[in-house]
Amino acid sequence: MGATGHDVILKLEDVSKVYSGTVAVKRANFEVRKGAVNVLVGENGAGKSTLMKIIAGVEQPTAGRILLDGDEVSFSSSGDAVSRGIGMVFQELNLFGNMSVAENIFATREITNRFRKIDRKAQERRAAEFLERLEAGIRPDMLVEDLRIGQQQLVEIAKAVSLDARILIMDEPTSALSAAEVEILFKVIADLKARGVAIVYISHRLEELIRIGDYITVLRDGRITGQEEMKNVDTQWIVRQMIGSDAKDFAKADGHVAGEEIFRAEAICLPRATGGLAVDHVSLSLRAGEILGIYGLMGAGRSELFDCIMGRHGQATGEIFIAGKKVRERDTTRRIRRGLALIPEDRQREGLVSILSVASNLTLASLSRFVRLFHISGADERQAVTGMVRELAIKVADPAQEVSSLSGGNQQKVVIGKALLTGPKVLLMDEPSRGIDVGAKADVFRTMRRLSRDGLGILFATSDLDEVMALSDRIAVMSNGKLTGMFDRAEATEAAIVAASAFGHGPVPHTENKAHD
Amino acid sequence: MTDIPAKAAVSSASRGSVLLTLMKARTFIALIAVLVFFSIAAPNFLSAANLILMSKHVALNAFLAMGMTFVIVTGGIDLSVGSIVGLCGMVAGYLVLNGIDLQIGYTIYFNVFEIALITLLVGILIGAVNGLLITRLNVAPFIATLGVLYVARGLALLSSDGRTFPNLVGKPELGTTGFGFLGAGRLLGLPVSIWILVVVALGAAYLARYTPLGRHIFAVGGNERAARISGVRVNMVKMFVYMFSGFCAAIVGLIISSELMASHPATGESFELNAIAAAVLGGTSMSGGRGTIGGTIVGAFVIGILSDGLVMMGVSSFWQMVIKGLVIIVAVVVDQAQRRLQQRVTLMQMAKAG
Repeated sequence: MGATGHDVILKLEDVSKVYSGTVAVKRANFEVRKGAVNVLVGENGAGKSTLMKIIAGVEQPTAGRILLDGDEVSFSSSGDAVSRGIGMVFQELNLFGNMSVAENIFATREITNRFRKIDRKAQERRAAEFLERLEAGIRPDMLVEDLRIGQQQLVEIAKAVSLDARILIMDEPTSALSAAEVEILFKVIADLKARGVAIVYISHRLEELIRIGDYITVLRDGRITGQEEMKNVDTQWIVRQMIGSDAKDFAKADGHVAGEEIFRAEAICLPRATGGLAVDHVSLSLRAGEILGIYGLMGAGRSELFDCIMGRHGQATGEIFIAGKKVRERDTTRRIRRGLALIPEDRQREGLVSILSVASNLTLASLSRFVRLFHISGADERQAVTGMVRELAIKVADPAQEVSSLSGGNQQKVVIGKALLTGPKVLLMDEPSRGIDVGAKADVFRTMRRLSRDGLGILFATSDLDEVMALSDRIAVMSNGKLTGMFDRAEATEAAIVAASAFGHGPVPHTENKAHD
Repeated sequence: MTDIPAKAAVSSASRGSVLLTLMKARTFIALIAVLVFFSIAAPNFLSAANLILMSKHVALNAFLAMGMTFVIVTGGIDLSVGSIVGLCGMVAGYLVLNGIDLQIGYTIYFNVFEIALITLLVGILIGAVNGLLITRLNVAPFIATLGVLYVARGLALLSSDGRTFPNLVGKPELGTTGFGFLGAGRLLGLPVSIWILVVVALGAAYLARYTPLGRHIFAVGGNERAARISGVRVNMVKMFVYMFSGFCAAIVGLIISSELMASHPATGESFELNAIAAAVLGGTSMSGGRGTIGGTIVGAFVIGILSDGLVMMGVSSFWQMVIKGLVIIVAVVVDQAQRRLQQRVTLMQMAKAG
């Protein structure tokens, strides 16, 4: 198949998108071809999702043109794009947890009888057809919130497929899927392709892309750095376009020896609202100066484990110890005082108070350090802020600036700085490199190395295999809330880690119900 | 928006930043506008006596609005302040007239200072009830304080069977005299209530800027989850703001009873709405996280001067309501426009920079 084998159906010309604080996409030119899988790849925060949201009408470009079948179009809403035959599977699930699978699939396109009453039977019948193709064992009358994350992702895919779109955008559709589910998805994609649907496929998993892609476009820092037919490229080429050099800039281990045990968790459990356990008897220990990576798919329970450790869930059970001493405090405030600090996964929702200044955000968790009697000493606070800005190389003109005006990477550094100012002994980092640019990523990794050298214990959760392999002294793997593997770096292989992370996935018996009360 | 040529965009950006500065100063501009307007339109408006009288009116709303500001900054609302004003007035009146009967043949009478303290405690206590409902029982602030609004008003009416406690002069032999000082007394030529307002306002502004608690109030309103993860005791912060709001309401209850030398159980009806209006006019964002004590005080002055000025001009009270409503709506519309403009200016500046 040559480049002439597929017609261009959609074309972006010089499209830019500026948010307050960041330029997400800069003058991008992008072509989508019919009957083919158009792969879009790039680091976290490279602008892929933004570009796709522009195509799907969720966001409007700040500048540039969109050509559909050669005619200039502008979508004022996603409904607009849907009516033109463009569907999207969103990375963050856009489902209504309180409604049934069928209701979700037909949301805004409800099948009604002639009295405008929703025809529930017909909806469930049609939904069942789509779900059948995905072989997911999901009944259309189930509530979405009762499904596993992976199954929810399949519902999202079924919803997009049901649109009968000419262009289907899939933004990391496999992030929460097990290996078996990925195979089914690929079958569905092949089927769609054969029917002439143009598929835009975004993923981080290079092996996946090379397998199913026909055309590849690489984004870096909002710019398109390469566009090729897939058969002409190899992994090396993709990586080079993505990060500008042959390998990621993981800070090297410096060979320091880990010290005494600084943190231990024993039998941490967290019941799930829908029954079962979100965190299932997880025990692990961490030594001073050690980096322990926790690998797992989306929904494996990594974030929930961190939440339990930080005391964010009253109903969590289990015990934690810091430097051998049991932590009896149950609330976050006092656990921070005992030397725990969390860098949450979702910067916007949990990491930052976006309308406050960089300085106020940095010192938010450690204000008591700057207080004389009840007065915040401005001089001490400024000193700490400038010190941290320098230490973490936060690019900010004036710390009094609102934190939302910074780029993602610098925002992440502010979150890290906030945690460090509390003087932690144990640092919990949940996806510390998500959504930040390559330079900031390298800075974050270097900071992790430096902190571990200084004797901090670091627990970090990630779904990026390269990252966990390159940074960890030991690797723990979680799946379905359980700890399913623990490897020393020397003996860890990608295959073993992936296998452990898929443990208990696949068609899950729905009668699984182990409430350990 | 996408097809504006680059040059036009740049010049509109600089025009935008001038407009932005004007919009940011809108409450001040509004204050100056009403002052200028009424000094021309209303005779005697600028006389010292009238200015002091107006300040006394404004002070009442300003107290409530300060408490309200902290509550709104945390993302809540306090509808109960008007009722707390009424109930606290009744508490003070009751104590002056009747003291507390111990049921064993003795009755304790308190001096004025003690009565004021007890009344303030009652206000704080009712605020604490609001806080507990919201933090412990997870009742939405709107509903919790609406409930307390009715309960407190009902209690105020029950305390006297709906009658007024008249003539709170007190008896010298019981040491209950001097209640009028708060409302009618003067220090250095200014009414006592104004001095109290100055002290409380400075205290509140200091709290907001220079104490951890103040910082935490803004953090909770800006992003409650992030605040919690950062170790902010969110529940304690919320308890504080409702208790402070109750405290401010109690002050107002005391001042009004003292001014009238009588306590009426219906005092303070719909005061909560004036307080919210002042806070919003002063730039407090109803979605939380933004607001200043200074802005709120200016807002209270705009509303107060507007209504007093209109009265002096002889505008009917029906029209007054219409005008007040319009001013509030315009204030919020301008506020929204400012946010949008601010974003645009930032974007343009960034686009220009790179």
